[in-house]
Amino acid sequence: MQHLKQLVTDGLDAVAQAADESALDQVRVQYLGKKGELTAQLKSLGKLSAEERPAAGAKINEAKQQVQDAINIKRTMMVANALSKQLALESIDVTLPGRGQATGGLHPVTMTMERIQNFFAQIGFSVAQGPEIEDDYHNFEALNIPAHHPARAMHDTFYFGDGTLLRTHTSGVQVRTMEKQQPPIRIICPGRVYRCDSDQTHSPMFHQIEGLLVDDNISFADLKGILHNFLNVFFERDLQVRFRPSYFPFTEPSIEVDIGYQGEDGEQKWLEVLGCGMVHPKVFEHSGIDPEAYTGFAFGMGVERLAMLRYGVKDLRMFFENDLRFLAQFS
Amino acid sequence: MKFSEQWLREWVNPAISSDELVAQITLAGLEVDDIEAAGGEFSGVIVGEIVSAEQHPDADKLRVCQVSDGTTETQVVCGAPNARVGIKVAFATVGAVLPGNFKIKKAKLRQQESFGMLCSGAELEISEENDGIMELAVDAPVGTDIRDYLNLNDQIIDVDLTPNRGDCLSIAGLAREVGVLNSVDVQGPELKELAPQIEDVFPVKVSAPEHCPRFLGRVLNNINLNTASPLWLQEKLRRCGVRSIDPVVDVTNYILLEMGQPMHAYDLNKLNGSVIVRMASQGENLILLDGQKIELDQETLVIADNEGVLGLAGIMGGADTGVGSGTTNVFLEAAFFNPISIAGKARNYGLHTDASHRFERGVDYDLQRKAMDRATLLLQSIVGGEAGPIVEQVSADHLPTESQVSLRKARLEALLAYKIDDAQVLDILTRLGLTLVASDDASWTFNAPSWRFDMAIEADLIEEVARVYGYNNLPSTNPVASMEIPANAEVQRPLSILRRHMVSRGYQEAITYSMVEPGLLAKFDDQNKPVELVNPISADMAVMRTTLWPGLVKALQHNQNRQQSRIRLFETGQRFIPSDQGLQQQDVFAGLIYGSRNPESWHGKAENVDYFDIKGDLETLLAIGSQEFSFVATKHLALHPGQSAAIQLDGAVVGFVGAMHPGLAKDLGLQGPVFMFEVDLAAISLGVLPAYQTLSKFPEMRRDLAIVLDQKTSVAEVTSVIEASAGKWLNAVRLFDVYQGQGIENGQKSLALGLTWQHPERTLTDDEVNQWVEQVVTHLAENAGASLRG
Repeated sequence: MQHLKQLVTDGLDAVAQAADESALDQVRVQYLGKKGELTAQLKSLGKLSAEERPAAGAKINEAKQQVQDAINIKRTMMVANALSKQLALESIDVTLPGRGQATGGLHPVTMTMERIQNFFAQIGFSVAQGPEIEDDYHNFEALNIPAHHPARAMHDTFYFGDGTLLRTHTSGVQVRTMEKQQPPIRIICPGRVYRCDSDQTHSPMFHQIEGLLVDDNISFADLKGILHNFLNVFFERDLQVRFRPSYFPFTEPSIEVDIGYQGEDGEQKWLEVLGCGMVHPKVFEHSGIDPEAYTGFAFGMGVERLAMLRYGVKDLRMFFENDLRFLAQFS
Repeated sequence: MKFSEQWLREWVNPAISSDELVAQITLAGLEVDDIEAAGGEFSGVIVGEIVSAEQHPDADKLRVCQVSDGTTETQVVCGAPNARVGIKVAFATVGAVLPGNFKIKKAKLRQQESFGMLCSGAELEISEENDGIMELAVDAPVGTDIRDYLNLNDQIIDVDLTPNRGDCLSIAGLAREVGVLNSVDVQGPELKELAPQIEDVFPVKVSAPEHCPRFLGRVLNNINLNTASPLWLQEKLRRCGVRSIDPVVDVTNYILLEMGQPMHAYDLNKLNGSVIVRMASQGENLILLDGQKIELDQETLVIADNEGVLGLAGIMGGADTGVGSGTTNVFLEAAFFNPISIAGKARNYGLHTDASHRFERGVDYDLQRKAMDRATLLLQSIVGGEAGPIVEQVSADHLPTESQVSLRKARLEALLAYKIDDAQVLDILTRLGLTLVASDDASWTFNAPSWRFDMAIEADLIEEVARVYGYNNLPSTNPVASMEIPANAEVQRPLSILRRHMVSRGYQEAITYSMVEPGLLAKFDDQNKPVELVNPISADMAVMRTTLWPGLVKALQHNQNRQQSRIRLFETGQRFIPSDQGLQQQDVFAGLIYGSRNPESWHGKAENVDYFDIKGDLETLLAIGSQEFSFVATKHLALHPGQSAAIQLDGAVVGFVGAMHPGLAKDLGLQGPVFMFEVDLAAISLGVLPAYQTLSKFPEMRRDLAIVLDQKTSVAEVTSVIEASAGKWLNAVRLFDVYQGQGIENGQKSLALGLTWQHPERTLTDDEVNQWVEQVVTHLAENAGASLRG
């Protein structure tokens, strides 16, 4: 049995000496394999009496277990070491930029338009579209702006010479919608519009969003409410808003909406942001809607103007230069 | 319109400050654009009289004046050429402060002491006059503060009036409005009738009464034009932005400003036979008051005499018959022209005058006689003369009819969601000039005043009531509507998704003008003749785009010129294609790429984009709609002949993709290569509704083929041959290698393809699959000239 002790000591030494997993496996075979030295000890049990056998057997198994445990621990350590070596090798500079495309961005006009559309979609407005090359009837006549009306002078119109023109506003979509559909009507019409004018605050092409709500019992109070609500949501502030009488041939009463702000001198100032009004009865008549049965309101706003206010852009022309340094600021 | 606050307050003077007045009229729809002081900020300037003026002993251009303030005389050295004895002047005494905080002190000019300064109009910021010192009226009270004498504590208010409010283009109209807003009475100057002093008349004939329903003329003889308009008149005109010319012109302008009636004065001695209001003959000529020569068309209403045209009716008089310094007899005109007859006419001749501005918007058709008498009396008080009787030609049939409008109380309340007291409604409308002609419990009926051309229907009255009551005093609510979910087609992919897809592929959205330069457009499209604008804003925006490419390319150019080395742009919008069925306004989606494939980076070397980059981007975009598109080699004016494809859907071409033709890129001075696409939005936004299919539980079988064939044979052809011959259970064909070079004959290429089969209900046998492979190989040989690579 002295021999068994020695074998265990030698075995544990060999485990400790093993430099890698294959050396360790050799140690296992040498001591614990089928022909291993400790395994061989079990064969000597036959020489012992039946009474001595169980105790001796237990001792041998205990010795085997001792070596086995040492091997297991050593192997786990070796795997762990190998892994940490590999991990150390694989470590990278995680601050290096990622691979692949940089993302682009939406145009600020699109961002603004989609945002406004979404506000109104949430309260049941659907998007309506109309042609950009429009006929005189839908751009003017049906909106109660007959030929030679002084209001036409306010619209510097591009003409094609065949009775068609580039729409000066998205209001024509109102008419086209009402021609096809009876109330209730809740539409929002975004799109390009054109005026023959160009400077820092005028572009020959810009974008408008038109809204129209026609139903029974739509009142002036409803118009005021929805627009004040809209402006507060758009600018994410509780704004001072004032409603100022104005004139559009297709609405009556007509309103311009101003938002209040403090000027640099601390004075209360007002800035016009949109136009609106109750749909003119003649527009209803032109579009086949009974002005006695229904009332409604329409509103229109310049998208670039709102985008300029929202994002602090100073020059309208920036929107159409498509300078990547400008556009990237909005992505 | 610019007006003097003081003048307005002569008519109506509510107890509100200037600021309140400005806010009030702005919120009543008369938007105030600008306010300026009637004169500069100064003090210590009085009316002085030059009692002696001696030549300065040491300076040719200076005079040494003694200026009286009524009690004492003060020496002032003055350089103005018009400084002379007897005139009344604006005298800035020592201690005075002139505009710009310029303090007047005792001074010595070339050894002569000077105690103060004699001022020009410009120095006091009262006028532009800077030629000499201001000469005040001979009766100016010496010693009086100039500010009081000239009534300078006044503001010039510039109000931007909407086209419907022609009635406010006068002091009378503005006063009426202010009276309504403050519920105070308006008191203008007393209007007197003038009894003719002589019999003289000049005949008037109106041959176009539909355009000129009322025309009044009067002769005024023996006037003395060698006098200036009185200061008060000049000042009022000045503050309304009108220059003083001579008393006759000044008075007609004054009446225009005060009452809103444009008038005209002719030199009677230059008129021949009679005054005729008629349409012009085509090609007639006229030299206008401003010297401009115009050729008339027959749509233009003119005032003529027996010899020819005198002036453009309601717009501008002619130079030949205008009043001048030698005029002694005048013929005064006060007319009502139909707004529609004048509207747009001035614009046609490139003109815009105070008269046309008013006639276009509508002048009170009952005003002409009052205006004529007031003008004559005022004129006589300045230049004397004897007035003849008024000659009036009127066509009652053509005058506007007084409109009768009803207002239902219930309608008013429903529309405003608010009940305004009946008495207040009546007060508002009657002060505006409406006359109540009938009323019952439910409604009122009014006659509209002759000066309002915007009161014909009930809505017009509701607007007036709301406006005067104040939009901001009316309630505000959230509208209530029925909550119906609108129809929503799932297969319709929203544009917002397509846009965001391109953004995530690295594209920046651009918005370019729909109007483009025809020459540039022609380099991209020789198939469509673009629609042309009649009045383009510039030559480079003269036609409507038939493709989005020119706009995107200009944006590319802009960015290349700013050292951008990697550009990816897309745009969505309409193109305008003329066709036999009329103009097609098509929504399209277009993009272009240029420069390095990836942003400049630490990994890999920078490679430039090629055709397959843009095609890959486009394929992922097309995949959103999940329809079956195919790419077919094609030729396109703007594209590289060997790198361009038509995008087809169900056999129809829905777009193009390819490399920009290197010749075009060079022509445009672009750095290349540039790749671009454009595709119909409708085609790519229509998707397919997913329909579930059972998943096969049985294994997929794969066979790889390497074939050699002519390099011109397209992969699309190969694939379609395989799909036609590989049996029913072919799952997919994957191309995993294309090779040309060593081992492959020149002009040939090798393709490596992976074919997979799968049966939904059983495992396929090797025999079956092998048989299909044989079929495929046979067909490839027969139909694509392909052989298996040895």
